[in-house]
Parts: sequence; C-alpha cells; structure tokens
Amino acid sequence: MSALHGFLGFTLRRTLGAVVTLLAISVIVYVVFYAAPGDVAQITCGQRCSPAQVRQVTEQLRLDDPLYVRYLHFLQGLFTGHDYSTGTSVEHCPAPCLGLSYQSDQQVMQLILAKLPVTGSLALGAMVLWLLLGVGTGVLAAWRRGRLEERILTGVTLAGWATPVFVIGLLLMIVVCGQLQLLPFPQYVPFTEDPEQWAWNLLLPWLSLALIEAAKYARLTRSAMLETLAEDHVRTFRAYGVGERKIVGRHALRGAVGPLIALNANDLGSLFGGAVLTESLFGLPGIGRELVHAVNVVDLPVVVGMVLLTGFFVVLANALADVLFAVADRRTVLS
Amino acid sequence: MSLVEVTGLSVAFGSVRAVEDLSFRLEKGAALGLVGESGSGKSTVASALLGLHRGTGAVVDGSVRVAGTDVGAASERELRGLRGGKAAMVFQDPLSSLDPYYAVGDQIAEVYRVHHPASRRAARARAVEVLDRVGIPDAARRSRSRPHEFSGGMRQRALIAMALACEPDLLVADEPTTALDVTVQAQILDLLHALREETGMGLLLVTHDVGVAAESVDEVLVMRHGRAVEHGPVGSVLGSPAEAYTRRLLKSVPRVDTPRPPAPPAGAVADDASRDGVVLEATGLRRVFGRGSKAFTAVDDVSLEVRRGEALGVVGESGSGKTTLGRMLVGLLEPSAGGVRLDGAAVTGVRPDVQMVFQDPVSSLNPRRSVGESVADPLRARGERGPAVRARVAELLERVGLDPAHYDRYPHEFSGGQRQRVGIARALAAGPRVLVCDEPVSALDVTTQAQVVELLDELRRELGLALVFIAHDLAVVRRVSDRLAVMRHGRVVEYGPADGIYESPGDPYTARLLAAVPVLDPGLAALRRAERREPAVT
Amino acid sequence: MSEAQVVSEGARAGTGMVLAPASGARQFWRRLRAQRAALVAAAVVALLVLVALAAPLLTALEGQDPTTYHPGLVDSARGGVPVGALGGMSGEHWLGVEPQTGRDLFARLVYGARVSLGVALAATLVQVTVGVVVGIAAGLGNRWVDQALSRFTDVVVALPLMVMSLALLAVVPGGFPRPVLVAGVIGLIGWGSTAKIVRAGTLTLKQLDHVAAARLSGWGSWRIARRELLPALAAPVITYAALLVPVNISAEAALSFLGAGVKPPTPSWGQMLTSANVWYQAAPQYLLLPAGMLFVTVLTLTVLGEGVRRALDPRAASRLSVGTGRRKEARA
Repeated sequence: MSALHGFLGFTLRRTLGAVVTLLAISVIVYVVFYAAPGDVAQITCGQRCSPAQVRQVTEQLRLDDPLYVRYLHFLQGLFTGHDYSTGTSVEHCPAPCLGLSYQSDQQVMQLILAKLPVTGSLALGAMVLWLLLGVGTGVLAAWRRGRLEERILTGVTLAGWATPVFVIGLLLMIVVCGQLQLLPFPQYVPFTEDPEQWAWNLLLPWLSLALIEAAKYARLTRSAMLETLAEDHVRTFRAYGVGERKIVGRHALRGAVGPLIALNANDLGSLFGGAVLTESLFGLPGIGRELVHAVNVVDLPVVVGMVLLTGFFVVLANALADVLFAVADRRTVLS
Repeated sequence: MSLVEVTGLSVAFGSVRAVEDLSFRLEKGAALGLVGESGSGKSTVASALLGLHRGTGAVVDGSVRVAGTDVGAASERELRGLRGGKAAMVFQDPLSSLDPYYAVGDQIAEVYRVHHPASRRAARARAVEVLDRVGIPDAARRSRSRPHEFSGGMRQRALIAMALACEPDLLVADEPTTALDVTVQAQILDLLHALREETGMGLLLVTHDVGVAAESVDEVLVMRHGRAVEHGPVGSVLGSPAEAYTRRLLKSVPRVDTPRPPAPPAGAVADDASRDGVVLEATGLRRVFGRGSKAFTAVDDVSLEVRRGEALGVVGESGSGKTTLGRMLVGLLEPSAGGVRLDGAAVTGVRPDVQMVFQDPVSSLNPRRSVGESVADPLRARGERGPAVRARVAELLERVGLDPAHYDRYPHEFSGGQRQRVGIARALAAGPRVLVCDEPVSALDVTTQAQVVELLDELRRELGLALVFIAHDLAVVRRVSDRLAVMRHGRVVEYGPADGIYESPGDPYTARLLAAVPVLDPGLAALRRAERREPAVT
Repeated sequence: MSEAQVVSEGARAGTGMVLAPASGARQFWRRLRAQRAALVAAAVVALLVLVALAAPLLTALEGQDPTTYHPGLVDSARGGVPVGALGGMSGEHWLGVEPQTGRDLFARLVYGARVSLGVALAATLVQVTVGVVVGIAAGLGNRWVDQALSRFTDVVVALPLMVMSLALLAVVPGGFPRPVLVAGVIGLIGWGSTAKIVRAGTLTLKQLDHVAAARLSGWGSWRIARRELLPALAAPVITYAALLVPVNISAEAALSFLGAGVKPPTPSWGQMLTSANVWYQAAPQYLLLPAGMLFVTVLTLTVLGEGVRRALDPRAASRLSVGTGRRKEARA
C-alpha cells in the first residue's frame, strides 16, 4: 500500500523534475543562440542578403523585441501554437510549435517528425545489437575473470571503446561496400516500403554504431558484475554451496541491471536527437544530418528546435530509466 | 568420529600469518566458542572450516575435517555438498549477507535446491517452514519480502533459517550478533540455543564478546595472534583462567553489574565550590529530519544538564537518537526546536568550549594529514602560529599517552586505540570544558577499550572536564558515568544517578535492556535465559 | 546511524576489502609502473606530446610546412592523385602529399597532433575546473544552493554535446581563434558529469568525522574545502579527467570531421578524414594515416587513463570509468 503510494509519488516527483529541467534547457538554449554575439538577422539571412531581406528576417524572428519577450513568445508557441503569415496565406503551426525554418519556411516540428523514422530505425536497431553484443561480452568477461579470455575480451572492448565511430564506419564502408562489394553503399529505404531493403541498408550503420556502443556496455556489465561479486552476499551463496554459474548468472548479473538501464536510456535518448556522425557518414537522411545542414546554413529556428528536442529525449529517457530503475530496485524509492 | 577435527591448521595471506598451528575438535551436538580480539584469526578459522579460502590465494596448511569431509582434499563438488548441506554458516552483517534483489524466501529456496532435488514449489514451502521456525511471523507472506524490508533482527533470523534449511550437522556462526542491538542479540542467542536443543546440531561460535560466548557455548578456545591461548570448558576458562592473557582479557571486559570504581581522591575539581555548577544545558531539544510525510523525529524534547567535572552517560539502542543528540550538543547540528545553553547563555554553532570525540578511528582523522597537524587544527584556527603550536601539540600528545615525536606520522601508522587518543588530543587542543564522546570505544577491542576509558576518566578528573559519554554498551557506560540518561525512540526514558538506575531501573525498557546484557557467568546466563523464555519478534 | 559495533577482522576470507590509506605520490608511481599496458601507453602518449610540441622543429627537419601547395606533385589529369608510389612518399615528403593540393602529409599530421592534444587538454581543463567548483559548492552549500546547482548540472548534462557544440560553433562569429573556441565550447558543455562526481564525493566526505572535527576546530567552509575535501577529491577527479581527455579528442575530431571544428588551413585529423573520404582507393594512406593517429591517440590515452585509475584508487574508481555519458555523444 505505502509502497505503491511511494512509487506514485516518486514518479510524480520525477516527472515534475523533468519538466523543470526541460524548461531550464529551453531558456538556456534560447538565450545562448539568440543572444549570441553578432547580427542574428544577417547571419541567418546570409552575407548576400539585401537590407530589405534582413529587415524581413528581423521581423519574422521578432528580433526587435527584447530577448525575454521573444522567449515567452516562443514558449507560448510550444504550448498553444502560432499562426504565421507566409506572404499571402496564413499557416497554422499547432502546439508544440517550434517555429518555422527560415530556409524552407517549413514548420520545424514537421521537419523533425519527417526525419524521426530514419533516426529511430538507426537507434533502435543499433540498440538491439549493442545490447546483445555488449552485455554478452561483459558477462563472459566477468565469468572468465582472471583468465586469458577476460584479458582478450577486455583488450578488444578497449579498442572498440577508443575508436571514433566515423573511423570504424568509414573503414567498414570502404571494406564491405567498396572493396568486397558485399553490401551496397547504404541508402535509406523506409521500413514501410520494403522491410528487407530497410534492414540490409541499415546493417552497416547499425553495426558501426553497435560495435562502438557495445564496448561501453561490455565494460559496464563486467565492472558492475565484478563489483557485485566482491560483495558479502555472494560470499553467503558460496558458503552455501551455490555453483559459480548460478552466482554469476543470477546474482552478479542482477546487480548490473540497474546501471545498464540507466546507460541505455541515456544513450537511446541522445541518439533519438540525431546520430549526427553516423547519419552524416552514411548519408542517412535523419535528424542528425538535418541538423548539420541547418547548422551550415545557420537556420536558427531549426537548430534551436533540434537541440531542444534532443534535450527532451534525453530528459524523457532518463526519467523513464529512473522509474524503471525504481521498479527494478525498490530501495531507491524507500530511501 | 568428531564433527569437526582441526589439526595443525595454519592460514597465511601473503606474508600475514592469520592462523598458526591450531588444533581442536568439536563433538556432535557440542558448542565451541572461538573468542579473541581483532586480528586473532578467529574468523579465518571459521572460513577455513568450509574451505572458503580455496581460490583466494591464501595458503592453508594442516588438516580440517568437517562431518567426515576432508576440506583440504575435497573436490569442488564435495565441497559444495558440505557447504550448506552439512555445515552452514551465519555471518556478521545480516543486511549485506543477503542478496538485496531477491525475496528472502527465494534465496532460501535456491540454497535448498542446491542440496535437495526438490521442485521450485517444494523448496519454497521448505523456506516458509524454516522461516516460521526461526520466529518470522506470517512467514508465508514475509518470505516474499526482500531483505531491506526486514529489521536487523529479522534478517539475522532469515539467515539462520537459510542455515537450517538443509538440516546441517554444524552451524558456524561468525559474530552473529555483533551488528545487533543488545535486546535483539539476546533473542538471537536464545533462538540459536533453542535450535541446537531441538536439532542436535553442533555450533561453532566466533565472537569478540566473551559474554556472548558465556551465554551460548560449552567450551571456549581463546585465540590471540592466530594461536590458541587457552582451551577448556566455558565455566572454568571464564571462571578461573589459567593464562595471563585470558586473565587480562577478562579483566578488561566491562561488567554491567559492577559499580564504577570509586574515584581516586583529590582531583583538581573534587573540592571545587562550583561542583554543582551546570556548564551545558539542553532544553527541549528536538530534531526532525526530512519533511512532509517523510519527516522523522530523531530527537524529541530532550532536556539534560551537564555539570562541571561530571560524567553523564547516554545509552540507547540504534535509532534512539543519541548520536543526533550529541551532535546538537556540540553545535554540529542545529536543533529543530529547543536550545543549548552554555553557562546559562543560549548558544548556536560550534564553539571551543564543547568538543567531541568521534566513534570511528578510521574516518575521524584526515588520512592525508599528519596527526600533529590534525591536533594543531584548533590552535591554528584561533590564530596561534609558530613553534609554540608544535610545542603545545607535543604536550597534548604526551598527555594522551602518545609519543610526541610522532607528530609527523600519518593516521594509518597508528592502531585504532592510538588514533582514538589522537582524536582526544585534538579535542583537548581547543581547550574545552565539555567533551562529548560519541561511542568513543565501540570500535575498539576490549583491552584497548579499557585503556581509552581510563584515559577519559583521568582527563575528567585532572582538567575538571565534563564528559558526555554516548554509547550503546551499558557496561562501558557504567564504568564511566556519574549520572545516566537512557534514550529510546528519541526520548529520554530514564534520567538520574547512574548507580541508582543500574541497581533498580525505574523504567521497564531500562530493565529489559539490562536483562539482555550478556553475563560472564554461564550458570547465571542459563538462569536469565530461562527467565526470558521464547522471545517476542523484533 | 552506525552504532553497531564494528569489529573487523584484519584478514577476512573471501573479500580482500582493505581500507587503503591515502596513497602518496610514490605509491601511485609504484602501482602505475606495475601495469605494463599503462606504461607502454604512457610512452606512446609522451611521444605524441613530444611530437606535438616539436612540430615546427620536425617539419623544419623535413624541410616542409603544412600549408604550402605543391601542384607539381599531383597529377591533375587523374583528378589530383599524388604523383609517385605510395602517395608520393619520398625523401622530401616523408609520408607523401595530399591529393589535389599536394600539401605535405607529414607536416599536416604533426601539426594535427598539436590541435588534437591542445584542444582536448584545454577542454578537459575547463571541464574539470568548472566541474570541481560547481560540485564542491553544491556539496557544501545549503539546501537551496545545492538544489539550484544540481538542477543546473542536470540541465547541462542533458544538453547533447555533439548537437550543442555543432550549433554553437556555427553561430559564434569568426575572428575568434578557432581551436580556443572549440576547446571552450567542449569544455563549457561537458563539465556536468565532473560536477556530479565531485558533488557526490563532497557529500560522502562531509559525512566523515574528520570533516566534522575540522568544523569543531573552528575552521570555515573555505579552509575545510581546501584542507579536508580537495585532497581527497583529487584522486577521483584526476582519474576522471584522465578519461575525459580521449573523449575530448574524439569530440574535436568529430566536430572537425563535420566541418564545424577547426577550420582550414589549420590541419586537423578529423578534417583530413572528411576530405580523405573520397580518396580511399586512389590514395589510401591519406585516409589511413589520420585514422591511425586518431585511433592510437585515443586508445593509448584511454589505456593510460585506466592505468591512472587503477593506480590511484584500485577499488572505488571502478564505477567512474563507465559513467562517461558524454562519450557516445561525441561519437554517435
């Protein structure tokens, strides 16, 4: 009874905390980008803009208003939406409205939503791979601790951990697609169009992302398990004749679940905000590549929207992880 | 064939020889106590009985036979059969000894299935059965709880239940009650006694507490530095010890039934006119931690006074609020209500007049600074500089019985007792009139305990210090206190002259506390046990 | 409330839990020297640092510089492939030349090391400084100070490093020295996890009796932070910083790879990879050299960081090495 009450209270508090964090992020991001030194209108518009065009940008971005007014306007858009007049017609941007892209006049929200399936496919597929690879390797290393196998596994994961994703991805692409021609150079095919092609084309991006991430998960799994193995309760089960396999597989692994949930949530959250490098490298039209594009043309509304969105995903994932964690380990709620 | 036969056992960890040439036997159904101070190697022996040193790098020599198994020569498989099946072990800290993630009943069932080809359901039923046997109320429901949902005493019962599950011939209990409050300790010891009578299993009890051994075993083996000092029936070893070390050990053990030794005459204070003068006074002290529905009142409306040159003992079990009270007295914690007066004037925050001696000799000194620098802290804080500081520190170190030349040494070069002396010197450096000692000796061995207590008493007399002596151990408190405050659930339940309270407690709780303290006389212990009967559950 | 009597048997079976006394510098070196991999890594890192420092000297020795074009050394008829075997390796151009421009590869790699290491170290310094100050202030401050700073730290941690720095680097006007800017941006976005570790450490230390004793002695917060907290926090902070350096190297390389980091003509490994991308068949060494340098640098720095961790804090630090949430953002 009281446990349930405590749990609900915890969830509520955690949600509230997440909302506060998000608001703070929005303030910081907004202020940082719109208060940055330099003439925003000129930067946004580009060097060759005419004064009239600059004027138009200034109006559209309400650059004449004080910063806090602009922020409140932006915030209002998030909650109630806005109407924009695009020359002749009036376009309604429903809540949560992140504004319009200066470059394409598209609504930032729609722009992002259109790219989300690509990024989502990449992130979720890679996650399955890295969890299988990483946790498997970690368990193996913990089980064979102190032996040659562990040292080899540790060395391999360290190398994976140390390799930047664009190096691994680049080499994979060159070898697999270029030299061996086993796979075509990745080109995104929507799942709804052709699931098989979808998977084949994403295989390489998944693999390169997963190889790097798996190293991290292997290390976490191994170290969390070793930590548990040094604890007193493991000694109890040894003293009661419980076999090593059960001790590692049941008791030590259980101790790694919490940290794994936390790490995975954080990773997934930030990947959803755009796997910038992987997408750029493989030319996948996801949120990350869109961001690079927006950055290159200094499309501030898109940039701010995407940074906020990534923050949103990270905060959301972490809040979810905390709740999951609380379910898995009720002690955190009670204390 | 004896249940346990240990012959010429030696265990070494690297260059440290933990146990040397130890031999003893334990017959079926008998109970042996391994008694010794820290570093005596007693727990190492317990682990060796189950072959727990295998694969840890420890070098084990000699032969250990338990229930017909040669532990040294047994295969992994035989060893696993022995562990839990024929010989089961109960550990010191019942919280960390159970897996926090699984239900208690499941953990017991898991162990049961290792030794018996039983279905999951049957094993679960067995778990409930043994939990019920060790006095867990509503065992079927509680078996689904996880360890953190149990109280300390219940966790230890659960561990004992795990040990019982496979009906072992031998129970090895390694400091089974050390982490428990004294009333709970009595219950657990009674439970062990009852189980032994019922199942006829042998008991090997490892303890630092001679009183606990006196209550529970037939024979004792006193250990020191890894070797056996004295071995014999508990009555004769404790009643008329043959060895000098045993005598010294027994002499150091504080007795709850012995009044405080009369103070030597004529201290600086004895004839002070203001002997009755109150130095420190607490009125209506209250401290609440947390807010809202989670608010917890640690100390609730406590009023006390501390007089010049006297020792006020504060006793209570864990959670009684005595540590919180001590921290408020020295100003480390702000009270939620009420206040502290020094010489009649209300004060807040820390001040040199009231200093503290802490419990943990490890964490109470900064490991990265020399002990001299730590002691010099209060002097430097009030602006003293130059060679005078060093001279004063040397003086203080000498006063607490340390070599002043050790100024530049670091804490890890000192033993626990010595570190406690450094802590006392640091407190004295501030020039206090009141010294609040929070469990100052509970982390020390009894022989060291006696010395530190003696030092504190001396300082009180010589310097006219007022002592507030906070402890859970009623016997230690009796040794120092003029007056006594007994705390429970944040309140003072009894407050008055110490001897009066010890002789005839006015509050039923105090009476229960006193009755639970182990006594050194096995005969008396048996009598007391009969009085207590089967315990109520903690 | 730990009122339980703690009687710890010196040598207990099973667990090797020993409360390590403060490890001095000598002990640290002894434990570090005991690890062969860490020693090798340290040697390689030292060599890299030396190369970076001596970049002008080394290139002078070769007789080249990183920015001069050598149009004569590339075959414009074949799209700008370097003339000669192995990408134009010769006594004059030790590692050959860049396709199309003919700039000296050795010089660019060596100067690239300067950028990589310099930016990463500076960024780490910023992260550690801000993290330590915020962490200690939160840990020592009252409830409100702690709440405010911890929330702020949460916010900073939630800001995606890659996305945020990409975006920031785009809006800051030119004229700022680019490497300083990159280091500043990585540093100012990436201090969150350090602050969290320091705060947690401070809260733990605050519970210790010797800190209470220092308060009873009459010292103020500043002195307590300096004398009782900072020395104890040094080990975890150095450990963490050692692991941050390779992460920051990756981050710089990634930003430059995406064109948002160090701008041409300043050479940077990440940037070289971008342009080498299309030359992998015609001039593979153009791709493999910066990739290899990056790999070796990050790997050896990581191994060294691991070694430092083990030498400083054999047990307690094991959790830290995995908590670098920043890492994947820098590389995803």
